Amino acid sequence: MTTRSFGQRIRRNEDARLLTGRALFVDDVQLPGMLHVAFVRSAHAHARLTSINVDAARAHPGVMAVYTADDLGDLWKPGPLLVEPPPIPGHVFNLRTQYPLARDMVRFVGEPIALIVAESRYIAEDAAELVEVEMEPLEAVVDLEKALAAGAPLVHGDLVSNVAAHVKQCRGDYARARSSAALLVARRFLYDRGASAAIENRGVVAEWSPRSGELNVWDTTQAPIPVRNALAAQLNLPASQVRVIAPFIGGGFGPKIMFYPEEVLIPWIAMQLARPIKWIEDRAENFVATTQERGQVHDAELAVDADGRILGVRDVFLHDTGAYDPYGLTVPINTQCTLLGPYVVPHYESEFTVVFTNKTIVTPVRGAGRQHGVFVMERLLDFAAAELGLTPVEIRRRNYIPESAFPYDNGILYQDSAPLTYDSGNYAAALDLAVARIDYDHFTREEQPALRREGRAVGIGIVSYVEGTGIGPYEGARVTVETDGTVTLATGVGTQGQGHFTVFAQIVADQLGVDVGAVRVVTGDTREMSWGTGTFASRGAVVAGSACHEAAVVVRDKVTRLAAEHFEAAVEDIVLEGGQAHVAGSPSRSIALGVLAARANPLRGAVKPGTEPGLEATRYFGPERGSTANGVHAMIVEVDRETAMVTIRRYVVAHDCGTVINPLLVEGQVHGGVALGIGNAFYERLAYDDTGQLLSASFMDYLLPTSLDVPRMETDHVVTPSPLNPLGVKGVGEAGAIPVGALFAQAVDDALGTETLEMPLSPDRLFELMSARGAESA
Amino acid sequence: MTVSTALDVRINGVTYTDTVDVRLLLSDFIRQSAGLTGTHVGCEHGACGACTVLLDGQAVRSCLMFAVQARGHEVMTVEGLAPDGEHTLHPLQTAFRDAHGLQCGFCTPGILMTMIPFLRDHPMPDEDEIRHALSGNLCRCTGYQHIVDAVRLASQRMAGVNAPAAS
Repeated sequence: MTTRSFGQRIRRNEDARLLTGRALFVDDVQLPGMLHVAFVRSAHAHARLTSINVDAARAHPGVMAVYTADDLGDLWKPGPLLVEPPPIPGHVFNLRTQYPLARDMVRFVGEPIALIVAESRYIAEDAAELVEVEMEPLEAVVDLEKALAAGAPLVHGDLVSNVAAHVKQCRGDYARARSSAALLVARRFLYDRGASAAIENRGVVAEWSPRSGELNVWDTTQAPIPVRNALAAQLNLPASQVRVIAPFIGGGFGPKIMFYPEEVLIPWIAMQLARPIKWIEDRAENFVATTQERGQVHDAELAVDADGRILGVRDVFLHDTGAYDPYGLTVPINTQCTLLGPYVVPHYESEFTVVFTNKTIVTPVRGAGRQHGVFVMERLLDFAAAELGLTPVEIRRRNYIPESAFPYDNGILYQDSAPLTYDSGNYAAALDLAVARIDYDHFTREEQPALRREGRAVGIGIVSYVEGTGIGPYEGARVTVETDGTVTLATGVGTQGQGHFTVFAQIVADQLGVDVGAVRVVTGDTREMSWGTGTFASRGAVVAGSACHEAAVVVRDKVTRLAAEHFEAAVEDIVLEGGQAHVAGSPSRSIALGVLAARANPLRGAVKPGTEPGLEATRYFGPERGSTANGVHAMIVEVDRETAMVTIRRYVVAHDCGTVINPLLVEGQVHGGVALGIGNAFYERLAYDDTGQLLSASFMDYLLPTSLDVPRMETDHVVTPSPLNPLGVKGVGEAGAIPVGALFAQAVDDALGTETLEMPLSPDRLFELMSARGAESA
Repeated sequence: MTVSTALDVRINGVTYTDTVDVRLLLSDFIRQSAGLTGTHVGCEHGACGACTVLLDGQAVRSCLMFAVQARGHEVMTVEGLAPDGEHTLHPLQTAFRDAHGLQCGFCTPGILMTMIPFLRDHPMPDEDEIRHALSGNLCRCTGYQHIVDAVRLASQRMAGVNAPAAS
């Protein structure tokens, strides 16, 4: 069978709808009699809630209802743990999750306290201003180290400290390794990340039909199935009576995979009032009430021999989880594991403490903690290289895991509770591609010296990383040939722009010999597919894609068998092409797939035992562990010595995500990730003051990179197929974002002679670093 | 106390009538009173550009206008670009599809409506000019590169220059 669309730059099936403004997003859902919700949220980061008076709000014209914690009855209980911590021996984990509405105590600015249901959002907001909340502000826990100091205020008064978790993973004997090192490089690193800032804010619409006992919910979630299951449990409904639909979603990036208070409150209110209820978050709420990533503080040490080969790494770090920790240990474990990178690290000691603070909850944002680990390792290697007189390229090349060493077991546990094992990779090939593409040698030997003689501050950086992708547990897909000859494909993951309507269609189209446009993909609707987990951790193409493939293979088999019967030919002689089945060599003797589908579902007669009706199959795919993608990013920058503005002159990516289904879409994912990475490295900063107030709470202060800030990116591919799934694919969703901080630091330091130990930079911070450097050399 | 008024707004050549709160934003009138949900709201403070529509042919942020300000003017939204729906796309829309100039699509209508007057006034822009014109629209998915490619492609096609689909 020839591959028709696999590997091709196929245009997307979903675009016409999106381009004409006819795609349904959650806020587009309009239902008769719909009421609107506005929240009253805490203005303090840490305070005792002494009283709430909603009388004036309730009396406001157009207000249907006002709810506080006391009105919630059984619903007022802590939210669920979303991700079980992996079974790492000796780990400590203190689970604290949010209640739907705060009572007695508020723990972060933006925590919901009350809500108004009214005829319009405008009226609801008017009434929200009439709610009188009396609070006794308490000292806020903001700084990670101060949070752990003796006598620090407690975010959770029932714990003895602000420790949310503690984990240590080791491999080998670092203490012994460091004693024989030719060089020890030790630094303290600060890596702070930011908000996902999807252009679409969150939203929930719920509709309850008392007569049929059915609850329909439209939700901006990346994980409709777990949300459906959680709602059924919390609202005491059978799962089959709850339908959660994630329609078109305007960007996910991680924080839309959660179980927020709003996601249970809105459906509950719909049931209480028997009216459709809508809540759409506004941008001000998004900055404080939608989860984000934030900072870690690392004290790390690298031990190398005289040739720059890694003997071992020790890393001790603090991780900020915010006021609650519903997402387990995912982010810091990703940091811990991803620090090892594509390198041979014989001895490793990594220990982290997760700290509660009076700030917004931290859950994964594109990269999910990997950025921090990559920053630490790449910076340590850069400093070691400088001391040993090696180039950044050479020190990396010397330490790469060789192609022959796969599968490569790193000896510690990953976020999916499986041993961190890299399935395949060719790290040197990616490095070579990037070095060649950016003309590294020519730049460093000729161009850069010449530009420097002109007084220009130009620098080059090159970094590498691995990314664990495609983790389980599983996803499902159902493929159905319809009687009109089109094919329906249903899968449980949600879609936030990754092109699932096209990528999954390509996989199925190739098996069944139909046009990509003839495959109608349904995602994110729990009524269509009720088993699965969601879109996160760069796993859609790997896990859901593989399930689509398996289901399509089974349907292909059914089609060819039925066609073989029809033509009285051998199954091996049937060719599927152009939506038809024909006998090899006789293309004029063909039968349409739709006709076969009708025949496969007879209205009369007998069928053989074991026959399944129609041309349909459902299959589930669960990989034994994640597959490891990798990449190398390189960049040339120029820094303006007066304004400290950084201009990116060239940006090169050499990326390996295994087999590529659609190169156009893969490029798009890489571009988007790099743009986010550039934002995180230089423009975006969640600035909290010491009372826990977010000072950068609008797009005027929190700067998303624009078309003038993101350069043209050049991408090259290496392909090392994954042996862990039938397509050989690896994930790519987060890849672009992961190494950018480390890259920025290296390139800027190369330009200026500074030593960057922190992220994000910014023109002001860079100016400070430049001045300090200038003062040192004066 | 809220003050209401009867209001007619012409959008895409059609008059929409509703009785609205005088402080109703134009973006909310478009989406709720007129039911044209292609115009999206991303920030409500004029920074992201997702709500961009045309007012008498000029790009404006509908979240920064009151609906009553549109009385007597002609508004055009993304729905007005392809009046027959998905089957006859505007060349700009086709170019976006061919160049993969959108991922989640949420910022896309605002970008299209910003580019329409831009291309009208600058029929053959270079990359720099395109990036400047786009700089008031935030996109979190694409990194802008394919959007720039799409605008370039559209400008070539609209000017009658033979341009291939994305290679």
